[in-house]
Amino acid sequence: MTSKMTTTKAAGTSGGPMVKAEGVHKSFGAAHILKGIDLEVAPREVFCLIGPSGSGKSTFLRCINHLEKVNAGRLSVDGELVGYREHNGKLYELRDREVAARRRDIGMVFQRFNLFPHMTAVENIMEAPIQVKGESKSAARERAVKLLDRVGLSDKAGNYPSQLSGGQQQRVAIARALAMEPKLMLFDEPTSALDPELVGDVLDVMKDLAADGMTMIVVTHEMGFAREVGDSLVFMDDGVVVESGHPREVLGNPQHERTKSFLSKVL
Amino acid sequence: MSVDVDKSAQPPADAPPPQSLKAIPVRHYGRWVAAIVVIGLIALLGRAFATADVNWDAIPQYMFNADILKGLRNTLLITVLSMIIGIVGGVILAVMRQSKNPVTSTVAWFYVWFFRGTPVYVQLFLWFNLGLVFQYIDIMPIYKDEWSDFMTPFLCALLGLGLNEAAYMAEICRAGLNAVDEGQTEAAHALGMSHAKTLRRIIVPQAMRVIVPPTGNEVINMLKTSSLVIAVQYYDLLQAAQNVGRDSGVVVEMLILAAAWYLIATTVLSIGQYYLERYYARGSSRQLPLTPLQRAKAKLSGGFNRSAGGAA
Repeated sequence: MTSKMTTTKAAGTSGGPMVKAEGVHKSFGAAHILKGIDLEVAPREVFCLIGPSGSGKSTFLRCINHLEKVNAGRLSVDGELVGYREHNGKLYELRDREVAARRRDIGMVFQRFNLFPHMTAVENIMEAPIQVKGESKSAARERAVKLLDRVGLSDKAGNYPSQLSGGQQQRVAIARALAMEPKLMLFDEPTSALDPELVGDVLDVMKDLAADGMTMIVVTHEMGFAREVGDSLVFMDDGVVVESGHPREVLGNPQHERTKSFLSKVL
Repeated sequence: MSVDVDKSAQPPADAPPPQSLKAIPVRHYGRWVAAIVVIGLIALLGRAFATADVNWDAIPQYMFNADILKGLRNTLLITVLSMIIGIVGGVILAVMRQSKNPVTSTVAWFYVWFFRGTPVYVQLFLWFNLGLVFQYIDIMPIYKDEWSDFMTPFLCALLGLGLNEAAYMAEICRAGLNAVDEGQTEAAHALGMSHAKTLRRIIVPQAMRVIVPPTGNEVINMLKTSSLVIAVQYYDLLQAAQNVGRDSGVVVEMLILAAAWYLIATTVLSIGQYYLERYYARGSSRQLPLTPLQRAKAKLSGGFNRSAGGAA
């Protein structure tokens, strides 16, 4: 895990914030999940989202790479609107092809790993560079082997996901996302489905990534990780941002009643 | 029986192996009775057939008769071609069914509703008699003919069986596509893969594990269902067997012969299905079981003194 990878893209190309949300709303039918989210994520920042389940943090994360469509407000990544193109003051919905092109630069890690079960670990990592970027097989394999080494699984290259533990699967999933050389990484409760003793290995990989300057948005219940690695932290409840600031301040000295009662339950 | 409790964790090196229990096993008299009854019935049945007025010698004699072989070839041909139409049509219908376009999904629904809802025997007759509706086939620049010349027994059989099969395959494919976890689509999309690539590289290979076993059954079913093409006067195995039987006065014998050929063909198909299922099971279970061939090899290379359980 000592080898470093240069994440040149992590600084972004626009010069502005990596992610900017202004009054983002999202509903599923009658259920109003996000009720006006405003926040900014700076390049190279580790941004932690905490809050009770159902507070909308995962939904917000999924909006960022357009797995969910926002109903109102503006959401942009590296200066570009998510899912839309603005022209002469009008919004045009992006074609599937254009949405896919935007997603290339955003890596996502899921709670349930979502590795491709019919491919070995190394094939999982090689798939997107070959299919999406048109990389050669040998170049993709070379990179995949390096990434597996980085997440400490160089001996598991030929294993299928079903032959790996949860922690190992999640580390392969992180390597798979990194293979696209993203400028932004989204983590959706990456350790929530893991046995307690496997959490540490995954968090170590994420710390390594943070130290490397990757911009990361992490939905998590790991307060220790947030305090140690996070640059900013947002507490969400019932679809709104209740409190935000530096992790040590929010976790150590919460100002709002709701934050206090949530933290008293999880800390 | 006395039990020695050794205080130290390590058992002494010279300790005798624990004695296995000696007990009189339960006697299953009922199983013996059932076995004897079944064997007796089989023996009676065998005797009935052996002493019956069946010319057993005629079966091996006609096994490779030119007409029979021609019928067999036609049966296999119509099975393979109908299945190809069925699988291609089924995939198209399944994708149409899932499409967001209400016209295509409704048309697919009606297709499945009609072709699954009517007997294939009736459909074959309908194809055969479609000449009452259309007198000519006229594809303007390239082809024009009388319907009855165009709609040969072969084409009737092919369309009748193939289009019917497409309806069943559509349901099998749809079930397979739906069986793949939604997280797979999300993961592929999050990596920037297009809809088509996600379907082809991620979803379909996983759906195949669900699709292949029932499709194997469909092939085997199709092989047998193809005997219905006698309705459109297509010369298949059953028709050949009946013709030969009528001409040579060995009617029952030729039916038994046809049954034997159908059995041989379905057995071969079952073996093929086993290996195909194995291929698509990759990654779904931790360790694939050995194929019979691999087991035999492992046994041979491991030497005969080792037990079968030692094969690895």
